[in-house]
Amino acid sequence: MTTENVDIRSVRTRRSFMQNAWRALKSAPPSAIFGMTVIAVYVLCAIFAPLIAPYGEAEVVGKAYAPASAQNWFGLDQIGRDVFSRVLYGARNTMGIAFLTVCISFTLGGLLGIYAAVTRGILDQVLSRIVDVFMSIPVLIFALMLLAMRPFDAVENWFGLHGTFSQGVKTILNLIFILAVLDSTRVFRLARNTALSVAVQDFVEAARLRGEGLRWVVLREIVPNILPPLIAEFGLRFSFVFLTIAALSFLGVGIQPPTADWGSMVAESKTLITFGRPQPLIPAAAIALLTVAVNFVVDWFLHKTSGLRDDK
Amino acid sequence: MHPVIRTVLQRLGLGLLTLFAVSVIIFSSLELLPGGFAEAILGQGATPETVAAFNKSLGLDRPPVTRYVEWLGGAVQGDFGKSFAGAGGWREENVRFVSDIIGPRFYNTFFLAALTALIAVPIAIALGLFAALYRNGWFDRIINSVTLTTIASPEFFVAYVLVLIAVGNKNGFAAVLPDGWGPMVKPFVSWIPDLPPLATVSKGTPFWEHVWKAILPAITLTLVIVAHMMRMTRASIISLLANPYIEMAKLKGLSPRQVIVRHALPNAWAPIATVIAFNLAYLVVGVVVVEVVFTYPGIGQLMVDSVGSRDMPVAQACALIFAATYILLNLVADIIAIVTNPRLLHPK
Repeated sequence: MTTENVDIRSVRTRRSFMQNAWRALKSAPPSAIFGMTVIAVYVLCAIFAPLIAPYGEAEVVGKAYAPASAQNWFGLDQIGRDVFSRVLYGARNTMGIAFLTVCISFTLGGLLGIYAAVTRGILDQVLSRIVDVFMSIPVLIFALMLLAMRPFDAVENWFGLHGTFSQGVKTILNLIFILAVLDSTRVFRLARNTALSVAVQDFVEAARLRGEGLRWVVLREIVPNILPPLIAEFGLRFSFVFLTIAALSFLGVGIQPPTADWGSMVAESKTLITFGRPQPLIPAAAIALLTVAVNFVVDWFLHKTSGLRDDK
Repeated sequence: MHPVIRTVLQRLGLGLLTLFAVSVIIFSSLELLPGGFAEAILGQGATPETVAAFNKSLGLDRPPVTRYVEWLGGAVQGDFGKSFAGAGGWREENVRFVSDIIGPRFYNTFFLAALTALIAVPIAIALGLFAALYRNGWFDRIINSVTLTTIASPEFFVAYVLVLIAVGNKNGFAAVLPDGWGPMVKPFVSWIPDLPPLATVSKGTPFWEHVWKAILPAITLTLVIVAHMMRMTRASIISLLANPYIEMAKLKGLSPRQVIVRHALPNAWAPIATVIAFNLAYLVVGVVVVEVVFTYPGIGQLMVDSVGSRDMPVAQACALIFAATYILLNLVADIIAIVTNPRLLHPK
């Protein structure tokens, strides 16, 4: 017999969101914990890059291609900048741009996808067919071609913003614009399909019949049910966009120097590899590690949310 | 009409329609450019006369629909018009035709893709088969984590690791390892052949030399696509082994080998063929980065170069070729799936 004063009417008390999150974290497999640790370290590096980095982003500190030493952990690059500092700043630039791109693509693709699934009119048909065409070509090929067109120049013309942005910023805005639009087609497909499978269920019908508006149906009935797959998709899209940006920058058409970026850093120092020096592999490994980490966390999250929940 | 033929025809029609829509997008992206193309190529300071001459020499002064029909008509016959590089209308002999530039490079890219497929497909099927048979064993676990890593890595990371190995075995990894370790690892790496880190081939390169020089790019692509292919093969075989007739065969007392060879494999070819066609389509993306890493003169590198110099006819032609290949391979995957589906083959 317990002596504690237990409220008999409530058989079990509901755990708060934070308690649930903590319980889930404690039971996470090692791979997911590894992934979350890596992501946390990357995010901290990205935010506090100027405080951690011993040298500036574009600061020339010594002779070109100097090997690693106690002062310059990863050596110096082709014009004598500290590679360690640039890797830290690169975390900020590459991850920041990828994150911004995915946020835009989710806002655009997610909203349109849910709207198309709920209304199911001519708009749904038209958008779905357009998305079909866009999804029939790999993003990299499309992005390469559109990058040559520099669509942001057109945007600039329409709004009369000539001279507002420097060339470097414009290249980055172009990249974000193109990848966000291309990526939003993938988000649209997922958001529409998951929302559609929820929208035909009885509880949505019930909400409609009792006279709830579109806003209520979407926000209170549909969104909570499609949130887990969308969050998982956010992680996967992030690693995909991140890889695409790295590839484009590596090819010399993405983020332009002197901005530190992992893809272009590999391209800039690639001659070193033919002398057997591993320096170009450092930013490349940083990219690979982050993608693996994100994949681990997403795997665990999907497993967690798609399976039976123990607290229900 | 037989339902299989009808479905295949429907799918073919859909593929053609998609390709048509893609060609419209690729072509019309040129029209998006503010201020016209001439200004972008000749610079903002170009006089109206120069711009007009440039436009006239490339036929850009005619309405877009006419140009699209001409472009598509030409593209179907392998003629993609004139390159912007060297164009300007002053000298006729400077004008280069896109198809002349693309021709030899198309052969090179096809060569690389075929070489990759030859290496990758048998390895992927064998690995997938073994991973499915010894599911959750140590072999499966190792293969699983290795493939997950190669899938998540950018292609240039895999490529440069290979280059480092190819280059490093010459000097015993002197720059990678601490002092004194070089001679210790030497016996373990001396079997690695001295592979060329750059795949510089030209038109007159003999066949076997071409193979030898393209071997490192091919291994890179193999590592990337084997991962996808092997995981999908493993998944399809595992779902196949869950069928009741496999259990029946086991209960009859057949040896595991007979169960696999006689009962599982004949039904597995269809999904495996689909997986192969689907993954070869992935080569379209991989080839772009890998060609640049190894400076291999293929279409991928050409496309990147033309995007850098804004030579739009070349970029468009490359994009169209890549898109057509991608759509075609996906179509093949779909058709294999349709044709081998017993429910469609034997309609009620």
